[in-house]
Amino acid sequence: MREGGRSGARLLVVDDNKVNRLLLNRSLEQQGHSVATAENGRIALDMLRRESFDLVLLDMEMPEMDGFQVLEQMKSDLQLRDVPVLVTSSLEGVESVVRCIELGAEDYLPKPVNPVLLKARIGASLEKKRLRDQQKEMMRRFATPEVAQDLQQSGFALGGKRVQAAVMFSDIRGFTPLAESQSPEETIELLNTYYTLMFSAIIGHGGGVNQMIGDGIMAVFGAPLPLPDHRVSAVNAALEMIELIDLFNLERAAAGKAEIRIGIGIASGEMIAGYTGTNDRATYTCIGDIVNLASRIESHTKEAQRAILIDAATREALHERVLLEALGAITFKGKSIAVDVFSVGVGQKL
Amino acid sequence: MTQPTIDRATFDELKDTAGADFVAELVDTFLVEAPVMLGDLRTALGAGNADSFRRAAHSLKSNSNTFGALTLGAMAKELELTGLAPARAANGATLDALAQEYDRVATALKDLKNA
Repeated sequence: MREGGRSGARLLVVDDNKVNRLLLNRSLEQQGHSVATAENGRIALDMLRRESFDLVLLDMEMPEMDGFQVLEQMKSDLQLRDVPVLVTSSLEGVESVVRCIELGAEDYLPKPVNPVLLKARIGASLEKKRLRDQQKEMMRRFATPEVAQDLQQSGFALGGKRVQAAVMFSDIRGFTPLAESQSPEETIELLNTYYTLMFSAIIGHGGGVNQMIGDGIMAVFGAPLPLPDHRVSAVNAALEMIELIDLFNLERAAAGKAEIRIGIGIASGEMIAGYTGTNDRATYTCIGDIVNLASRIESHTKEAQRAILIDAATREALHERVLLEALGAITFKGKSIAVDVFSVGVGQKL
Repeated sequence: MTQPTIDRATFDELKDTAGADFVAELVDTFLVEAPVMLGDLRTALGAGNADSFRRAAHSLKSNSNTFGALTLGAMAKELELTGLAPARAANGATLDALAQEYDRVATALKDLKNA
């Protein structure tokens, strides 16, 4: 990639007219940017999907695929929707200009383009993009990918909605005595490895980690983004978590360290999902009876001495061939009705 | 109302911002591309292709205004806005007038770029 000047950005000029392309190219290179050109919308979209650009200067009247179609496609593409577009055209009629802005164009510059105006608009658009990129990076680091994506698509609003989802709780057996018997550094290292492994299993099956408390994890399958087979995905993630812990234990045994054991509880059904907190500090979470039930079921793994326990609603989604053991109806603390609980046989593939 | 074939203020500003050598190249490009646009207009008129007619008129308008060829730009804009019907009714006279104005623009631009 060619670098322009110190402040140089990588720009794409899309125009079917050669004189316009040459002239814009010239103005932009004089301003220290590096420029690529495309002569119609189709070529431009191909280039945008292949290479990364900081900004697009888009003509509207073009053969094959016009600027309106390019704008539409860019705005429906998650990878491209945040690339700023400046429309440079000599459109007739204010409706066309309004349509560009409604389709997501950052601004409209009439042709012939005034170089001073061009420079100012490009500067402003690039600055806005830099701030957006920064925000996205913060979000990527501090939110789950699903929440980050949901925020990007729908924006932030406190308040919940009803969703069908599966909730999973998981924790490490006897973690407190284990933590007390080793150095803090060792404990943090153990937790970091444990979280890395568990996250990969949960995210790999379409779930999102909502909370981490000490050694405990709460994960949701089916919110904020719907997941068609959320119950099966949750059980699959649980099986993979156990498998990864077994592998991790082999490594620990070889290093002369104690094995760790985890317990996982899953319950499924309708719950309230959304952002709670204040406008300054909020988290995405799920609440409801189902969430409490999943937590109780997870606690019960200790007494039952089973690795994975699920409720009847989760079980309904599983194939008949799946190895299950019915543990009967159990009355949990704080619940008036007994619920059927099943143990999922570890070491099987669903 | 008569206006000069090339508006000098527009042309000089172009030369100042983009550089004389570059503008000379740009004029050469225009002198190659514009006859193609005039040809596209005739073809589109003959074939009744409104989209292609509008696009060619739009392109010619845009380039004319860049160089300060304001009369040619205004004529092209008229074609872009009114479309095929009036041009067809005029039986090609509109496009002939456009071609004559283009010839004047081409001569003036050649002089200016060598000045």
